[in-house]
Amino acid sequence: MAAKGIDHVVGAACSEPELTTNGYIQHHLTNLTYGKLPYESEVWHCNKESQVWDMPTIIPADTWTFAHGATEAADMGFWAFNVDSIGWSIFLGALFLGLFKWAIPTNSDTPSGLQNFVEMCIEFVDDNVQSLFGATNNKLIAPLALTVFVWILFMNLMDLIPVDFIPELAKYLGIEYFKVVPTTDPNVTLGMALAIFVLTIYYSIKIKGLKAFVAELTLHPFGKWLMPVNFVLEMVNFIAKPISLGLRLFGNLYAGEMIFILIALMLFFNSVLIGMLGIGLHLVWALFHILIVALQAFIFMALTIAYLAMAHETEEH
Amino acid sequence: MEYSILAAGITMGLSAIGAGIGVGILGSKFIEGIARQPELAPFLQGRFFLMMGLTDAVPMIGVGLGMYMLFAL
Repeated sequence: MAAKGIDHVVGAACSEPELTTNGYIQHHLTNLTYGKLPYESEVWHCNKESQVWDMPTIIPADTWTFAHGATEAADMGFWAFNVDSIGWSIFLGALFLGLFKWAIPTNSDTPSGLQNFVEMCIEFVDDNVQSLFGATNNKLIAPLALTVFVWILFMNLMDLIPVDFIPELAKYLGIEYFKVVPTTDPNVTLGMALAIFVLTIYYSIKIKGLKAFVAELTLHPFGKWLMPVNFVLEMVNFIAKPISLGLRLFGNLYAGEMIFILIALMLFFNSVLIGMLGIGLHLVWALFHILIVALQAFIFMALTIAYLAMAHETEEH
Repeated sequence: MEYSILAAGITMGLSAIGAGIGVGILGSKFIEGIARQPELAPFLQGRFFLMMGLTDAVPMIGVGLGMYMLFAL
């Protein structure tokens, strides 16, 4: 995201950005970024005493560092890693694997709450795979669908933790920016969608053969004499799938997070009444958001299965 | 800045209209389906939520973008 909120002018006032509404929102939407600051980029410092911008320091050589703010993160260009998204998604993935591995061997007749939850998830995913994927035999689909579902569910559930809780804790550890919900980072959702897309192409070529796959893309609506037209039409269709898959998840969670941030802003008003209303709204939106959280995880899983099922269809139509 | 407020309002309003019509049609058909064949209710419910999520997603993205235009730009 480009930082448009801050104007860098030497000598201009630079108040603490978190104290303004825009600064607060910007702060919550900025990732903890580690990357390569290129040669000759400018680093701006806010003078703590006089509250104005000092002269920027010019980076003498390429440096790997943490970005202080969105402008520096944008300067990093391609070589920027959103450490918080990567860290949380890996942590939640490990949590999913550990939880499921730990819960399953305790195969008792009176299952505990956790085992019930795990079995419920597995049965739910299995039902969906049976109904959406059909009879085709592929042992990868069900575990893939389970991973996609539970992992995304866990990542989305991070949205229900109060917006300031973990970032404020991180501030005590000296971490300036900290975004907690990995799925509000388009890099994460589009990355997952891309992985599904690559799997779709792999299975299309493996099951149907390269020739049938190309034929599907070029011969479909109008027959072989209008091949370029067919190709353009089918390609739009083909590319739109992963993009809409990733953007749908990102957009929903981003909008949800944004609304949580806006409700949190209500507590900054100098009024007890608005603050109380904010707490009530938090509860209402969190309850409604549980639906979106689970639904988006389910939709991502269902579409994953459906796209892979399409890649396995061999008969002509 | 004033125009971005207008743009955000139009974005959110139009997407709300679209989602309202879409989910309305979907819900009416869902209830119609259950009334015709009550034994299919659980099957239809799963499909209903899937479709509602798909219909709901685009306006939600619109709301997110609108909020972004309003407050973060």
